[in-house]
Amino acid sequence: MKRRDFLIGSCFAPIILSFPAKAQEGRQTLSVVTSLPKELSSAYKAAFEKKNPNISVEIQQRGTQAAVTFLRETKSKSSTDIFWASAPDAFEVLKAEGLLEKFTPSETGVPAKIGEYPINDPEGYYAGFALSGAAIMWNLRYIRANRLPQVKSWDELALAPLFDHVAMAMPSRSGSTHLTLETMLQARGWKDGWTLIKSICGNMRLITERSYGVPDGVTSGQFGYGVVLDYQALASRGAGFPVEFVHPSDTTIVPSNIGVVKNGPNTAAARQFIEFMLSEDGQVLLFKPSVGRLPVRPASYKQAPAGTPNPFEIKWGATGGFKFNVELSEKRYAVVDALFDQTITFQLDALKSAVKTIHKVEAKLADRKNADAAALIAKARGAIAQMPFDEQQAASKEFTDAFHGSSNTGKGARQAELEQQWASFARDNYAKAQQLANKAEELAI
Amino acid sequence: MSLITKTDAVVRPAFAVRLGRIALGQYASAALIALFLIVFLVVPVLTVITAAFQAKGSGSFTLINFYDFALNDLLRRSLWNSLYVSCMAVLWATVLALPLAYITTRFEFKGALLIQTLGVIPLIMPPFAGAIAMQLLFGRNGSINLLLGDWFGINIPVMEGLSGVIFVQSVHYFPFILINLSTSLRNIDSAMEEAAQNLGAHGFRLFRRIVFPLAMPGYIAGSSLVFVKVFDDLATPLLLNVQDMLAPQAFLRITSIGISDPIGYVIAVMLIIFSVFALWLASFATRGKDYSTIQRGGGGLSKRQMTRVDALFAYGLIIFILAIVLAPHIGLLLLSLATIWSYSPLPDDYTFAHYLTIFDESPQLITNTLIYATLAGVIGVTLGTAISYLVARTKVLGAQWLDYIAMSALAVPGVVLGMGYLRTYYDVQLPWGGSLAAFWGMIAIALGVRRLPYALRACSAALQQVSVSLEEAAENIGATKTASIRRIVVPLMTGGIVAGFVTSFATAAVELSATMMLVQSTANAPLSYGLYVFIQSPAGRGPGAALGVIAVIIVGVCTYLSHAYLERRTALPARDDGH
Repeated sequence: MKRRDFLIGSCFAPIILSFPAKAQEGRQTLSVVTSLPKELSSAYKAAFEKKNPNISVEIQQRGTQAAVTFLRETKSKSSTDIFWASAPDAFEVLKAEGLLEKFTPSETGVPAKIGEYPINDPEGYYAGFALSGAAIMWNLRYIRANRLPQVKSWDELALAPLFDHVAMAMPSRSGSTHLTLETMLQARGWKDGWTLIKSICGNMRLITERSYGVPDGVTSGQFGYGVVLDYQALASRGAGFPVEFVHPSDTTIVPSNIGVVKNGPNTAAARQFIEFMLSEDGQVLLFKPSVGRLPVRPASYKQAPAGTPNPFEIKWGATGGFKFNVELSEKRYAVVDALFDQTITFQLDALKSAVKTIHKVEAKLADRKNADAAALIAKARGAIAQMPFDEQQAASKEFTDAFHGSSNTGKGARQAELEQQWASFARDNYAKAQQLANKAEELAI
Repeated sequence: MSLITKTDAVVRPAFAVRLGRIALGQYASAALIALFLIVFLVVPVLTVITAAFQAKGSGSFTLINFYDFALNDLLRRSLWNSLYVSCMAVLWATVLALPLAYITTRFEFKGALLIQTLGVIPLIMPPFAGAIAMQLLFGRNGSINLLLGDWFGINIPVMEGLSGVIFVQSVHYFPFILINLSTSLRNIDSAMEEAAQNLGAHGFRLFRRIVFPLAMPGYIAGSSLVFVKVFDDLATPLLLNVQDMLAPQAFLRITSIGISDPIGYVIAVMLIIFSVFALWLASFATRGKDYSTIQRGGGGLSKRQMTRVDALFAYGLIIFILAIVLAPHIGLLLLSLATIWSYSPLPDDYTFAHYLTIFDESPQLITNTLIYATLAGVIGVTLGTAISYLVARTKVLGAQWLDYIAMSALAVPGVVLGMGYLRTYYDVQLPWGGSLAAFWGMIAIALGVRRLPYALRACSAALQQVSVSLEEAAENIGATKTASIRRIVVPLMTGGIVAGFVTSFATAAVELSATMMLVQSTANAPLSYGLYVFIQSPAGRGPGAALGVIAVIIVGVCTYLSHAYLERRTALPARDDGH
């Protein structure tokens, strides 16, 4: 009686009888791990299954990190056929660990390069299926209500009125943000690049951990501007939200990728899926409003909906001709991420406070000149821009070893040690900048 | 750590033989539990966090990583922030829970059942969706602040920085205190109270000196859970973009692509150590005190009628608290019905389309969630009851360690547990094909292990209030140990067991981090996973929120049923139902 009471009371008896559904039998299964949004993956799933009725596509959605970890942990007997994601770095990691299979698609309509960036992996381990470029996205209602300008370039993100209205993702968490930063560093040089990045970050409302947090926050109006990828803005606009975006001139456009997982259960179907994706029918699916991606086939742009930019017609790079050095980018990847987090993400309050004072003094100086105060402000900006090490060191063996581990332990600094050094370097400099700016504020009355 | 020690096989008088057999049974169940914990908690976690003790690159044993942790400013700041936030969250959670628990158990109060149910709802704040809804309401440009800005030109930064974390955490986790405290209050013998009243104590003094101290086991159980949970929670700080706390730091480092950073695992070890320490402190606080009462007929505090002023005050307070704690769910509901909601106090327009999307595309998410959460709850209360009994009533060697090990699950980040399962069990093949780690049952077990601490604390609090003399009485009149546990102890603990079941069920229903690692096909995915998938794109916000609302409704209904059952049990003359 009592026990029956318990069961009835809790009312869970009926559901224990039903067990999770088993996958359909009798058809081949193609297992795809992806970090891409549902709208995109389900569009391809539906179209591919329609074309190949004997194959059923099983989509597993995971964050990029989780997906890489998953593939790594299951490599002994992989249950996955395809890895499909945006971040090129994730593919590089998988390639380096031997988790991808070489595959060259037979599709010929895709050019080798967009700007200076190869569309397919030169070594043939993964292929680009869509293009995306870094963009600045803003919420129209937000900027109207706060009387803020529409912007066109990265430099404008550093303007005083935008203070506390901008957001971006941590480069260590978002491959695309990392690429955006690396492009700035390469286009403007290590020193000027970081100066720009720091002055933009001085305006940050927040630096998010999820890369989707940025377009999401702009979409809902939590902040005004975001450093995003164009498709995130396109998808939000496509869903009807009041947002707009621009491609700043010095940005690279890069492919989102797809690759065949090594020793997957159904490699043949995996190849078929990729071929389909790159075909004319496949590429057009990217134009769906809720997807909003840019195809890698130049010919497909004839069918583009109005308002879609054609990346093959835009001149990419600072002057239209700057070369993106992929090798350099890879060498200092982890160092750039850690440097950003230690000197900016985790010191954001100090940085913002110094930048705020500088903005305030500069506004006063615009009304009434004061040479001494101006000199102090220049010094304060100089202190903020200080970097703990230079470009050569960033790609040095010492640093790479510290981050990736080397066999001769005991020699060289450890990652944790370096991070601590960089963090205190930044903290001291921001404190100095704050002092200088405070002094300038007293002078400029 | 073998828990089965030799039992003397010497010939003994009959009585001693019986005692020996009892001890044997106890050791056997302790061994079984230990085996379960080792297989599904200790081993998987160890395979992952050994990285904390390895030099990067060479993999040789070292403690240098801990040295680096101690020297790092950021990590020291994070540790301090985590401790501060956890303590403040306990404080504010108490402020929210205490009046609700007291009013509903103390007075004749019509809405008591409803409040007890609504009180659990905050626990089921679905990941992502909950935070997005909170931002939409309380954020800097959320509804409240947009309205305040329009009307008065002010902006209240509730969602900023550490105070934002404290706010969200206390709203989110105060039910732990509410549930455990009300259960304890219900178990207080009204004779105690009457005795105190006869001696002249009343009002606040009665509460402070008699009622609250007697309810201490429940309060301590609840607040230690809140402390540890807040200390180890990474979702809330991350969603509020507070990165300088320990759990987010561990997560950020463990899940960064390409580089393996031992510091992440060092933090995971620190989290486990601190959590176990906090729990030890909590058990230390109630140790050596006797909270049990023999008389079980009193049914808690004597209920009183409220005067009109009392009632007005009570309703006002309750509505105020409920308005705060249910705000995220209201936000979620609005989001699930909204067409476009951007930088405006309310959505532009409303639609049911998002719900239809869910029912069309993924009805299996709902059934899967029910199955996993139910199994997780069952695992939780079964082990919870057994462990708490072994700790409180037997002298089994190492029983206390079972408790600590089980509780340490609270501190293990879900992603570490998920990785551990994959690493340990992916190569194990099931008899009918497929990998053990890919088996849907593993998701249920992972959830059960992760939620075991909730059930365990609830069960041991309940057991602390059951007098051992009742059990002895049963044995004196000839009941075997098993019978006395089954017929006397467990029924008397029912309140705590149901409370434990509800908390583990409710929270398992919205767990994501371990699930994320283990789900290997959409057919086996639970609701929280579907929610994550939907909420990643602007067009999926609505359907994602709709899933969140469905989760809340499911758990709410189940909680209501369990409470209704509990109320009925306590309302019945408890002694003669069905013997």
